[in-house]
Formats: sequence, C-alpha cells, structure tokens
Amino acid sequence: MPKKIAIIIDDNVVEARPGQTILQAAEQAGVYIPRLCWMKPLEPFGGCRLCTVKVNGRYQTACTQPAADGQIIENETEEIRAFRRSLLDMLFVEGNHYCMFCEKSGDCELQAQAYRLGIDAPKLPYLFPDRQVDASHPDIMVDHNRCILCARCVRASQDLDGKNVFQFVGRGAHKRVAVNAEANLGETNASVRDGAISMCPVGALIKKGTGYHTPIGQRSYDHTPIGADIEKKAEG
Amino acid sequence: MSEILSSQVRAICREYADDRTRMMDIVRAVQAALGYVPSEALDLIAEAVGSHRVEVESVVSFYAFFSKTPKGKVIVRLCDDIVDEMAGSAAVAEVFKAGLGIDFGQTTPDGAISLEWTPCIGMCDQAPAAMVNEVIVTSLSTDSARAIVEGLKTHGDPKRLIRRLGDGNNAHPLIHAAVVNHLRQPGAVIFAGEQPGEALRKALSMSPVEVIREVKASRLRGRGGAGFPTGMKWAFTRDAEGEDKIIICNADEGEPGTFKDRVILTERANLLFEGMAIGGYAIGAAEGLVYLRGEYAYLKPYLEHVLAQRRASGLLGKDICGQGFDFDIRIQMGAGAYICGEETALISSCEGLRGDPKNRPPFPAQKGYLGRPTSVNNVETLCCVARVLQHGAGWFAQFGSKGSAGTKLLSVSGDCASPGVYEFPFGVTLREVLRAVGAEDAAAVQVGGPSGQLVPPARFDEIICYDHLATGGAVVVFGPQRDLLHVVAKYLEFFVEESCGFCTPCRVGNVLLKNQHEKFVAGRADLEDLAQIKEIAQTVKATSRCGLGQTSPNPVLSLLRDFPQLYEANIKPAEAGLRPSFDIKGALKTASDIIGRESRIY
Ligand SMILES: Cc1cc2nc3c(=O)[nH]c(=O)nc-3n(C[C@H](O)[C@H](O)[C@H](O)COP(=O)(O)O)c2cc1C
Ligand code: SF4
Repeated sequence: MPKKIAIIIDDNVVEARPGQTILQAAEQAGVYIPRLCWMKPLEPFGGCRLCTVKVNGRYQTACTQPAADGQIIENETEEIRAFRRSLLDMLFVEGNHYCMFCEKSGDCELQAQAYRLGIDAPKLPYLFPDRQVDASHPDIMVDHNRCILCARCVRASQDLDGKNVFQFVGRGAHKRVAVNAEANLGETNASVRDGAISMCPVGALIKKGTGYHTPIGQRSYDHTPIGADIEKKAEG
Repeated sequence: MSEILSSQVRAICREYADDRTRMMDIVRAVQAALGYVPSEALDLIAEAVGSHRVEVESVVSFYAFFSKTPKGKVIVRLCDDIVDEMAGSAAVAEVFKAGLGIDFGQTTPDGAISLEWTPCIGMCDQAPAAMVNEVIVTSLSTDSARAIVEGLKTHGDPKRLIRRLGDGNNAHPLIHAAVVNHLRQPGAVIFAGEQPGEALRKALSMSPVEVIREVKASRLRGRGGAGFPTGMKWAFTRDAEGEDKIIICNADEGEPGTFKDRVILTERANLLFEGMAIGGYAIGAAEGLVYLRGEYAYLKPYLEHVLAQRRASGLLGKDICGQGFDFDIRIQMGAGAYICGEETALISSCEGLRGDPKNRPPFPAQKGYLGRPTSVNNVETLCCVARVLQHGAGWFAQFGSKGSAGTKLLSVSGDCASPGVYEFPFGVTLREVLRAVGAEDAAAVQVGGPSGQLVPPARFDEIICYDHLATGGAVVVFGPQRDLLHVVAKYLEFFVEESCGFCTPCRVGNVLLKNQHEKFVAGRADLEDLAQIKEIAQTVKATSRCGLGQTSPNPVLSLLRDFPQLYEANIKPAEAGLRPSFDIKGALKTASDIIGRESRIY
C-alpha cells in the first residue's frame, strides 16, 4: 500500500497521493492555487510562475513540485499574493491588453486572475511592444498583442493534436510564438478544432466568428472569480 | 536555393547521422558553410532529422551565433563588457564603424564583413577584445583596430590578423592565438605540474565507490558557482536508475569577468580530461561531453589533439590503462548563450534544443541528458578531482578554510595593475587579493560577476569562500573614478539580453528593472520609484525559474544594500503633481506639433 502523504497549506492539512504535485493535491482538497500556464491534461510547464508557493521556506512552483510528506506550504500569505500581483502586472505590461474590447473579456484567465487578486490596473509601467496580428487562417486569428507565452498552444499542438503547429522562437524579451510555416498560420495544417486553439487562456488565439456571442452576465467569470469552482468543492 | 546548397545541407545532416540531437552541430555547420541558415535550410534540416521546420527555427533563433539572415563572410564581434568599456572599447568601436563604413548590427554592402557587439568573451584581462570569426584579437587600440580593418579589407583572412602569439600553449600550432594566459599566481592544486595518467591509474586501482568516498572526504565543492559537494553529486548519479550514465564538463564560462577556465583549457587540458575519466569511472559512465562555449572555438583543435593523444596512450577509449574501463569524450560546441552555462539549459543545448533550463525535479543526476543520469561538473572542479586522487583527500583539504576546502582560481580584471588568473587558497581576504593584483585604491569590487555582489571597501576584510564572498571566479575591480550606477546599468542590460524568456519574472522583470534603474541614472526617479525597483527585484529573485533570474536582480540589491546613497542622491521630489519620470513635454509633443505651438501650461 502506498504511504499516505500529508502536507500543510496555510494551516490546513491536505492529503496527497504519491506522484501528485502540490497543485494537484491542493486542488483535490478544494484549495485553489492561482495558475495560468498549467492546464489539465498538459505537461506542467512552470513558466508563468503564478502558482509560486513557499515550501518549507523555499519558493517553488506548485505545478512542478511533488507533494512530499510534512511540507509546510504558504499559499495565501500577503508575501505570496504580492508576488502574484507583480507577476500579473508584468504579463499585462509586457503585451497590449485592451480588455474593454477584447473578444475574450469575461472569459480571459489573465483578466480573471487579476480580478481575483484585486488588480484594477497595473502599477508597473507599460512597455507598449510592437506586435503582430495574423489573420491568414480562415477560422483562426492570432493576436500576439495578447499572448502571454504560456506554451499551452505549443504543448497542446505537440502532445494532444500531434501537429507541432506552434513553437517558440527568439529568446528573452524577443521570445514569441511562431508557426510551422514560412510566413503565417494560414499555411499550416492548424484546425479550429485543435486543442491548441481552445486552450489559449487569453485572447491570443481566437476562433473567428465567435466574438461577443456570450452576453455580459453569462461569461465564465462574470459572477464568480476564477478558482471558485475548485473552492466550492471544499464547501460542498 | 540552388541544388548545390540543398545538397550541401543534406550532406551536413548526413554527417551527423540525421540525428536531431546533434542539431547544434548541424546548424553550426550550415551557418559556417552558408553564412546563415536560410528559410529553405530550415525545411531541409527538419526533413532530414524527422522534425518540424518551426522546431529547427526555434533552435536557430535562440543562439546569438546563428542567424536566419545573411551575415558577412567575416563577423567582427566586439566585446561590450564593462571591463572592455573601461579599457577603451568605445574608441575602438568608432574605428571599426568608420573603417568599415557600417554601424553595429550591419553588414558591408559587398557582404564581406558584419559588425556586432557581443557579451563578455572571456578576455577581460586583455580588454578590449573581439572575435573575428573564431580568431581572438586582444588588447585592442585604435591603431590595432585600424590595422585589423585594413587587413580584412585587403586579404579578408582573420587568421592573418594574428601578429604576435601568446605565451604557453597559446603559441601551439593548433591554438595559434594572440591570447595571453596572464597566469600571475599558479597555486599548489590546479597549476602544479602535470603527470598524465597518475591520478587516473590510482582511481582505477580503487573501486568506484572508494573513489567517490575519497572525493567526499576531500570536501570538494563545485567551482562553477552553486558550490554543491562533488562527491555527493556523483553518489546520486551513480545510485540513479539507468545504465547509460554520462558526465558533462561545463566549459561554458559565460559569467562576465570570468576567464580562469580558458587558462585551464589552454594549459591543463590533460588534468581536466583526467578528472572527467575519473568521474566517468566513479559514476559508471562510458561517455563524457565537454560543452565548450562558442567563444572558445579557437581552443577546439588543440583539445581534440589532446584527446587523440590520450587515446593513443591508453588513457582514453577502450580498456583504459588495461583495467577494462571504457570511456570516451566528445566536445560539444555552444553558440553564444550565457544561459547555457546553467546545467539544465546546457543539457537542453547538448540535446539539440533551445537552451531552455528544465524543470526540477527530476534533477540531472536522476534524469538528465536524453533522460540519462547525468553529472555536470565545472572545468576547475574536475581538475581538483584529479588532484584529490593524485595526492589524497587529506592533502587537498589542508588548503582553504573550514567550509571551503582547496584553492580557488580567481579571474581578476578591471582597475588593477596586474589583471589575470590567481590561484588562492579559500579563506583569503578580498583585501589580500587586491594587494596581490595591485588595486589597493579600489572603490568597489564585483565578486562573482553580475550575478554576485558589489563589495564596498568597508567589507574588503571579508574572505573568499562559499559562505562569505562566493564566486565562480570573477573579480572585477572598480577604481574611485568609476560610475557604479553605470556599471549596474550594464549588468542589467546583460541579463535582459541573456534571459531565455521562459518565465515571466525574468523575461519581463529584467526589462522593467533596467528601465527603472535608468530613471535613477537620468536623475528622474522619485521615492515611489525606489519602492518599485525594490519590489520588482524581490519578485524576480523569489519567483524566477532558474539561477539566472534568481540572481539577476543582485546588482540592484547590492546597490540598495551597500551603496544606498547612489540611488538616494538621484531621487527628485515630485513637483506640481507630476512624477519626475513622466516627461510631460514629450507626451504632448505630437499634439503640440499638430497645433503648431507648445502647451501654455507645461
Ligand atoms: C545562468 C547560469 C550560468 C552558469 N554558467 C556556468 C558556467 O559557465 N560554468 C559553470 O561551470 N557553471 C555555470 N553555472 C552553474 C551550473 O548550473 C552548475 O551548477 C555547475 O556547472 C555545476 O558544476 P560544479 O558543481 O562543478 O560547480 C551557471 C549557472 C547559472 C544559473
Ligand atoms: S529565470 Fe530567466 S533564464 Fe531562467 S528559466 Fe526563467 S527566463 Fe529562463
């Protein structure tokens, strides 16, 4: 019989199974740890750093760190929340996010995370980068202005769709998502039904002809913050 | 692309068995043959190795020495390190620009010569320095720069630019470099005489577990920066599941101001390979890789020659020393990326991928290169291992301080009389180091490179060791005439350029840190900016994914801790409800231009 693992998250004792990450164990117990690049069933990426927690005094990402017996984990402390607000600020100022007229507004996970952490507007100075829009594909639009480089499309296209339509090129501040073609998405075998397209957490990969279909009030995060479904499990 | 070019690309791929894990070599060879990696080559390579075009593009676009657009036949890369700047690289740059008639980042119209800046090339002791293709030119002056331009224009052959050969093996026909060792203080461990085979034979007469026990007893810790106990790392790798273990020597030496591995590679290559073979024997590996930074390509033919010699004398290859131990070494070239010195990024690069660090766990000792248990060790560490086996753990541990056994190579440069490599026992005070190098009037010393700390005179009596002034080897001296805010600005720029971009805090945070710091340099910062630069620095340090981001705010944190007056002196109080960093005139300029007059209020 596998040994039971018990971890402590902000004074709550949480049980974990061997092989689970801190994020998975927390989620099962109804404790929500904010995240952006992590998404079931993709391999953990560890890039957005939003799920950073303090494990026995050391900063780790909950999506990559295996749960181990006796871990003392800080998740909702003011220190960790401040880091998360900073990280979200960085993602906002790094791109060009015009939430008020973005098709993804209300369903956008970046926006939802910001609201959950009480961000109305970024405190950090905007970088106003020059980024491209690629509307070459008949059914899909790519707006790099809103891309947060979470690699969901990269991983999904490779591991779920088996297509390798997307991959990163460049490094550092010049890093961006590129497509498997000389010029644009229209030249690739991408399909609007690909997991890669629907898994985009923001408005960077948009299905054409679907914008603004959901009335305000019925969008994912209009009434409850992101993560509420997980936290509800704990109450129920 | 012509048929000839495509058959050239296919032949290169074939030379590396169409093996996608050899992508670095394939792309390097294509770049060398064609001067760039054209779009069609991306398709051809992808097809040959069974990958996707965008995956190849991903690799090509990551490394500074690869290019998707045509470059000159000769590329002049002038080192833009702060030490080079202090030694006059700006004037040299002007000569190159004027002489070639192009700016940095450009190529002459005839496609002959490109001019670029490049981060520290490991020649701070003979700055200003530059790479001309793989040829290193050092101690540049405006006169020598003019001669280089003339030479390139007349014969175009970088090799013919070398006039006087350097000392020691730099003059070996296979190195043939103008580089000088500047080995100012050889010590008892690394730079004592060489007896190829002695340490290895001793190791092979012991069991691998005994070898590891000996290394543990010596209390040797890694010399590459992190300071992990080497014996323990080997024990983990040995005990990990998987038969096909591998040892990798980290010869990426990218931390600005570090050049001690360069001198080891030049003068003690045998000792290094001996240490690698001992490591291979200890962990149970039959294969070793040396990851050599692209800037040190000029050393590769010589290193290959030493490897061949060792094979010929039974110290490498099959049945080493007749003891039934098989072990061989291959050299893997890098291509201009500081992050590839980070051990998991280095492994990615060896696998033919972008130099992105990997998530831990699993650690390299468990699952590293191609999923195999891997030990990554620094050049100097492996040399120490050879000495430990040669003379015994007790002999080794007699040098140094309590927590830091042995000696440490320091690469000293900047404002000092005798820049170069010094071998000191751990525990030496910074003040003693400064006396030895002729820099007693130092106003600040960067210990450990940009990712280390800027030490003020009040702390010069602290000792060099893992627990106080830790360093992978870099010691850069700044005299009283230097502007430390400018020094920090250069370091922040370096991290912006070298971040791999994988994680948010390092990719974005370093740009913000640099911009925020510039406000202080320009005297446009207020108290809120001070709070903000602290907050960004703390977030980047705490939440970054690898050592690069975790240490990149150190220049700022160092200033805040030891030179707070420098920031404070540049703070301007907010006036009339406007933050000093906000340029209202600039913001109104477009509108002013349209209406044809300036704002009456501002
Ligand atoms: C950004 C970065 C760059 C590094 N560069 C080097 C390097 O050039 N050489 C090196 O030996 N270690 C470097 N390291 C440390 C390596 O990750 C690793 O700890 C080391 O190679 C292990 O060898 P050691 O235990 O012998 O020191 C670097 C680390 C980071 C985070
Ligand atoms: S800290 Fe920087 S270099 Fe390291 S993974 Fe993150 S972006 Fe890459």
